[in-house]
Amino acid sequence: MEDITKKRYANGKPKLKRFHQAKWDEPIIFELSTEGERGILPPEVEDEIKHMVGDVISHIPEKMRRKEPPKLPELAQPRVLRHYLRLSQETLGADLNIDVGQGTCTMKYSPKINEQLARMPQMTELHPLQPEETVQGILEIMYKFEQILKEISGLDKFSFQPGGGSQAIYTNASIIRAYHESRGEADKKTEIITTIFSHPSNAACARTAGFRVITIYPSEDGYPDIEALKAAVSEHTAGLMITNPEDTGIFNPKIEEFVKIVHEVGGLCAYDQANTNGILGITRAKEAGFDLCHFNLHKAFSAPHGCGGPAVGAVGATKELAEFLPIPVIEFDGDRYYLDYNRPKSIGKVRSWYGVAPVVLKAYAWVMSLGAEGLREVSEIAVLNNNYLLKKMLEIPGVSAPYAKGKRRVEQVRYSWEKLAKDTGVHSEDIGIRAADFGVHYWTSHHPWIVPEPCTLEPTESYSKTELDEYAEIIKHVANEAYTNPEIVKTAPHNSTIHRIDHAPLDDPSQWAITWRAYRRKVSKEHE
Amino acid sequence: MNREKPIVHPYIPNAVPTIKEQMLREIGAKSTEDLFADVHEKLRVKDMNLPKPLLSECSLRRYIEEILSKNKTCKEYLNFLGAGCWQHYVPAICDEVNQRSEFLTAYAGEPYEDHGRFQALFEYASMMGELLNMDVVNVPTYDWMQAAATSLRMASRITGRREILISKTISADELSKIKDYCKPQMEVKLLDYDPETGQLDLDSLKAKISSKTAAVYFKNPSYLGFIEAHGDEISKIAHEHGALSVVGVDPISLGILTPPIEYGADIVCGDIQPLGIHMQFGGGQAGFIATRDEEKYVMEYPSRLFGIAPTSVEGEYGFGDVAFGRTSFVLREEAKEFVGTAAALWGITAGVYLALMGPQGMREIGEAIMLRSRYAMLQISRLKGVKCPVFKSTHFKEFVVNFDDTGKTVAEINRALLERKIFGGKDLTKEFPELGNSALYCITEVHTKDDIDRLVNALKEVVE
Repeated sequence: MEDITKKRYANGKPKLKRFHQAKWDEPIIFELSTEGERGILPPEVEDEIKHMVGDVISHIPEKMRRKEPPKLPELAQPRVLRHYLRLSQETLGADLNIDVGQGTCTMKYSPKINEQLARMPQMTELHPLQPEETVQGILEIMYKFEQILKEISGLDKFSFQPGGGSQAIYTNASIIRAYHESRGEADKKTEIITTIFSHPSNAACARTAGFRVITIYPSEDGYPDIEALKAAVSEHTAGLMITNPEDTGIFNPKIEEFVKIVHEVGGLCAYDQANTNGILGITRAKEAGFDLCHFNLHKAFSAPHGCGGPAVGAVGATKELAEFLPIPVIEFDGDRYYLDYNRPKSIGKVRSWYGVAPVVLKAYAWVMSLGAEGLREVSEIAVLNNNYLLKKMLEIPGVSAPYAKGKRRVEQVRYSWEKLAKDTGVHSEDIGIRAADFGVHYWTSHHPWIVPEPCTLEPTESYSKTELDEYAEIIKHVANEAYTNPEIVKTAPHNSTIHRIDHAPLDDPSQWAITWRAYRRKVSKEHE
Repeated sequence: MNREKPIVHPYIPNAVPTIKEQMLREIGAKSTEDLFADVHEKLRVKDMNLPKPLLSECSLRRYIEEILSKNKTCKEYLNFLGAGCWQHYVPAICDEVNQRSEFLTAYAGEPYEDHGRFQALFEYASMMGELLNMDVVNVPTYDWMQAAATSLRMASRITGRREILISKTISADELSKIKDYCKPQMEVKLLDYDPETGQLDLDSLKAKISSKTAAVYFKNPSYLGFIEAHGDEISKIAHEHGALSVVGVDPISLGILTPPIEYGADIVCGDIQPLGIHMQFGGGQAGFIATRDEEKYVMEYPSRLFGIAPTSVEGEYGFGDVAFGRTSFVLREEAKEFVGTAAALWGITAGVYLALMGPQGMREIGEAIMLRSRYAMLQISRLKGVKCPVFKSTHFKEFVVNFDDTGKTVAEINRALLERKIFGGKDLTKEFPELGNSALYCITEVHTKDDIDRLVNALKEVVE
């Protein structure tokens, strides 16, 4: 037999993988429907009930009785399962790829043990209104995790109610509004300041909460511009809502001064800690003087992203602002855990109940597995991985890492393919699509693209050196293709489930189809 | 056995000391400390006082399981609580699909890596569209109360008006959310309800509606469980005044109840937790918003909307974001509200549920729930001093029980039920003082005749 292994290496390094994603060419589920097939049977009603109650449908007021059954598909159970398993195979998922390409989102390993724990009936089969004495376990976990976040942030009180990072940012904006209202200054305090390299939700949520938004741009070296902040603050400043490190991976060393400048005009400072994975145990909201913060438990704290939720944006506040947090908060009287609703200054409900409790459980289990030293190690390795990948990336033709020349980055880097695009006509988006041919995800960046032709890579602590090398090799290979054979990049993907999409119908009201019924009506009429 | 130091944590591959050294060397750093030069000494954490870690998975599992064992579940106890989080049966296939690594850990991939995720969410929206008879359904938002609050802000933007009218039978929590969220854009006014039937008072509506009204919002079935029979008249009055009709609906009722669009709803919202998602102490909520396929509606959604699109290969389905340029990912503060991580996995799960149930399953489950809840109402109403249901209307799965004439408070009754391993209905005495000593009970397809009889017998022991 020939040496197969040898053929998998070139110059002592493994060759790029000949990846091909699953392609089932799966029909839309409605196309699989066969009249009469059943996927599951609901429990049958006992005869005694039927006899006693009689025809229940006739009790429904005539106008409220559904006339036509919903045109749902009809499929036997194994066919439903097969369809969805095929769709799952046509989804990459962080568990399967070197998922460093989704910067700002901290695609780290989500431990399976935590998932198993969160799927125990002692978690899944709890109703939120059960008597407190019957939910002491989950309340204990939420309370204990709150104590952990208090240590990690230095702030004094947390709410797990917001169902994601953006809703947490909104909650902070709402708290800022309530604070100024409580001082009779709501009419004066009308502006929120953010930076362009803070997540777009900081701007969007502040506006949703009724504020005017002022956006600070970086100075030439990429650091947030303190002079611009000084020019922006006024008696109208209600607050500052920013990330740090910013989405460029640059830590604002003057953060304390930023906070001070805003405090001096009577504003509050809310810290969006979406980018916290590189600074756990290194620096905190408290030391910089923040009044509010939030952590995404589905990011740095390892709960899986679930295609975009369920999630938790844990909101933290100082003692002074704790009274504005959503109701209820969890308390412990030394003997039992309980929910406290008696908080007259609270902004009220942000999300139903107490947030996504199983996500809190997963985050708690993750921290309990690591401890203080482990958390610091997470950040140190995440930052080491990032700076290592930065070095590898900068060896690739056509890419640069604008700003903060010669400085270290924290947990991520916003790169630019400006040179490559000018040289070859291949854009950042094309590189991402081509990268999919090698079984990895790659994301451009949030808009606006201040950094031209951007991409943001965040390796986290979850990938080994060899995996980071592999990712860099893939990107290098694609960049080389751009210079030598740009067509292969521009016509990618070639090994994906599908081929290049024509986006035009998605932006055309006469053609877009958000449901199958709309598609049938607008596009596919002839099959009727 | 003493563990070798330093410990290489299983979640952190590059914690291997030699690898770490090699990488540091490669980037020209002496230690990881060099990497944090921008974080000044003053900003440094001195000490983080966290519990000692449970490094082995074995001990971690045991520790967490011990804490969780302090919970009493709705499997061990008989549960009659609803009020926005409901105990329905979760088919095995729903869990099988949502625990798949691919769906569980995917996030923001492009259609080229995540074609399956896009298709699953497109199909979810499509099946919800059939249930609702509507052409546009969003990728799920956080929950029913966010869906309602956003629907109302959408209505305000569409009409250019700043007042909303809501039936007083709304839950206190939902009203709290709507007030907080709608504050910058509009004012909330409450509409009376008929004390006999619970139905929204049309005279109150006529008296309060005006050219300022952006929307009339009611839930059907209402929070208190009865079916609003006059949806068409409410919508007509709203439309006559240039306002929109916004209806909150429980999707599991739609196998037998009329979809709100057929009685004039312009925006329909609600929660998909009943559709194959465990209660999870309230963690299973996920909100939907649905409208007609008109540009003026579609462009007001803050949410992501997935649409079907052609690819360069004939006969190949592709998917992508519809009008992505409208979202806050692109427009920041110029967008309509905001979008972010919310509850997509529950959308996929609800899609699986609807595919399993099909039209027959949805009809059967709707009918089964009504039969069982009606049986429960009949049996409870026979108890001395108990009035059930309080409202003379048709109910779906929830109903109000009044205990005024038993001489016992709901708290006392629920305590006695708890001793019998029963979670009694939600105490409404603070939320609806006008209903006296009342509780909101919920019956679903999971409750057998024996379960209901056990409740009735327990109540009999307690109140008679």
